[in-house]
Amino acid sequence: MFCLRGVGYRDILDIERLEIPEGKVTCIVGESGSGKTTLLRLLNKLISYDNGDIVYKGHSLKDIDSVELRRRVVMLPQTPAIFPGTVWDDLLIGLVFSEKPLVGEKKLLEIMKMVHLDKGFDEDAEKLSGGEKQRLALGRVLLLDPEAFLLDEPSSALDEDTEEVVIGGLVKYVRERGKTVVMVTHSKQVARSFSDKIVEISHGRVVSCWEG
Amino acid sequence: MLGGVAVRGIIELQMWQVAVAYIFIVILLFIVRARGIPREKEILVASLRMTLQLVLTGYILAYVFTNSHPLYTLLAIAIMEAFAVYNIYKRVKTPLSPRLREIIAVSMVTGTLASLFYFLLVVVRISPWYDPRYVIPIAGMLIGNSMTGISLGLSRLVDGMRTQQHLVEAALMLGATPGAASKQIVNASFDAAILPTINSMVGMGIVFLPGMMTGQILSGVSPLTAIEYQIAIMLGILGCVALTVVMFVQLGYKTFFNEECQLDLQ
Ligand SMILES: Nc1ncnc2c1ncn2[C@@H]1O[C@H](COP(=O)(O)OP(=O)(O)OP(=O)(O)O)[C@@H](O)[C@H]1O
Ligand SMILES: [Mg+2]
Repeated sequence: MFCLRGVGYRDILDIERLEIPEGKVTCIVGESGSGKTTLLRLLNKLISYDNGDIVYKGHSLKDIDSVELRRRVVMLPQTPAIFPGTVWDDLLIGLVFSEKPLVGEKKLLEIMKMVHLDKGFDEDAEKLSGGEKQRLALGRVLLLDPEAFLLDEPSSALDEDTEEVVIGGLVKYVRERGKTVVMVTHSKQVARSFSDKIVEISHGRVVSCWEG
Repeated sequence: MLGGVAVRGIIELQMWQVAVAYIFIVILLFIVRARGIPREKEILVASLRMTLQLVLTGYILAYVFTNSHPLYTLLAIAIMEAFAVYNIYKRVKTPLSPRLREIIAVSMVTGTLASLFYFLLVVVRISPWYDPRYVIPIAGMLIGNSMTGISLGLSRLVDGMRTQQHLVEAALMLGATPGAASKQIVNASFDAAILPTINSMVGMGIVFLPGMMTGQILSGVSPLTAIEYQIAIMLGILGCVALTVVMFVQLGYKTFFNEECQLDLQ
């Protein structure tokens, strides 16, 4: 799906070779500051690489329109973004941004249940707790139904049990639909139980790859 | 007459009468010195600049009014535009990209000129089109107000892009176009830019008499005529500020993104 060859970004990232398989869950692990977020931002075209090439489904990222790519390959930022408004508005805003048709209450309830968020639709999104905001942002991304998800530490603010349930539900959901997931995680537990492939990054280089 | 000479019912001030008005500055200087507020220098410089600039402008206008010529009028407009644009650049603390500077100048000049000539030729219907008695003061009001508007909108835009960087980027990640991702910031800048004009309309006539109207009344024009002019010019100002600012924000937000639709704050 994604295929990286000799990709360099400033002196932060230098990836000789990396494949991200389609329809699989790939976890990116590595110490803080190793370049995991930078890698996701490159895949989402939020920044542009200096050399080498990234190919997505046979096309160089350079030839794919940025906005179109981001609608097909959605990224969840490390710090959840909450836009001013209610939980309802915040869930739907991704659909508004990507100019997709809005969904009804039934679908929203289903997504809320999946990310384990038990809040009223008309509550102020700014007032949610850190972990609740994170799940809200995750739910928003799931609603978009893209080809691939780039998730930057989607469960960092969750306790172990909630993490297990939320990520488990998420992985089940995307597997059923044949979606691709690239997930940065600090949790060995998550990486071990849910990934088809684990990529370890250190100082901007891929130091190990494991495929199950 | 006691010290004043009446011409067309208006008391012309003698030099010494103007000098007596400087007593206000002396009192102010006295107060700040007594309280130990370190503002004497600024007060002196401001009074001096105000005096010199106005005296100079008075002589220039007197000359231009008696020797009216389209070139003089256009030159006066050009100087005001240049001064206004320069002032906007100076007022914002953060460095501005060359493209943003260009957009400020273009929106300022085209927006004010379009409203100015619409106002003069369609609303007031002056003739000849360059009559400096009308063109220069009205241009001054439109350009001055647009300058304030764009300054306010500009700082709000630059601040917004910086402080809300993560929200703009989060919107981009979800597949938003740069326009959609910065819509809130652009709207807030537009709002900040036109709010002072709207507020001044609300208090007008009750809280204060606007400068132009005061001037006309002092120079013997009937208050009813003065009010007609004031209403027209207020609408002109609002339209002009809105036009320049909307051009500025619509073109300006784009300079914060590169051709790959990435947020680029340098
Ligand atoms: N825009 C930037 N300008 C300069 N340096 C940057 C920029 N973005 C990231 N870096 C640097 O690149 C390195 C990798 O950052 P990155 O955010 O990718 O790390 P990470 O692996 O996601 O870390 P963490 O686990 O703490 O989130 C860091 O040293 C960071 O300071
Ligand atoms: Mg990171």
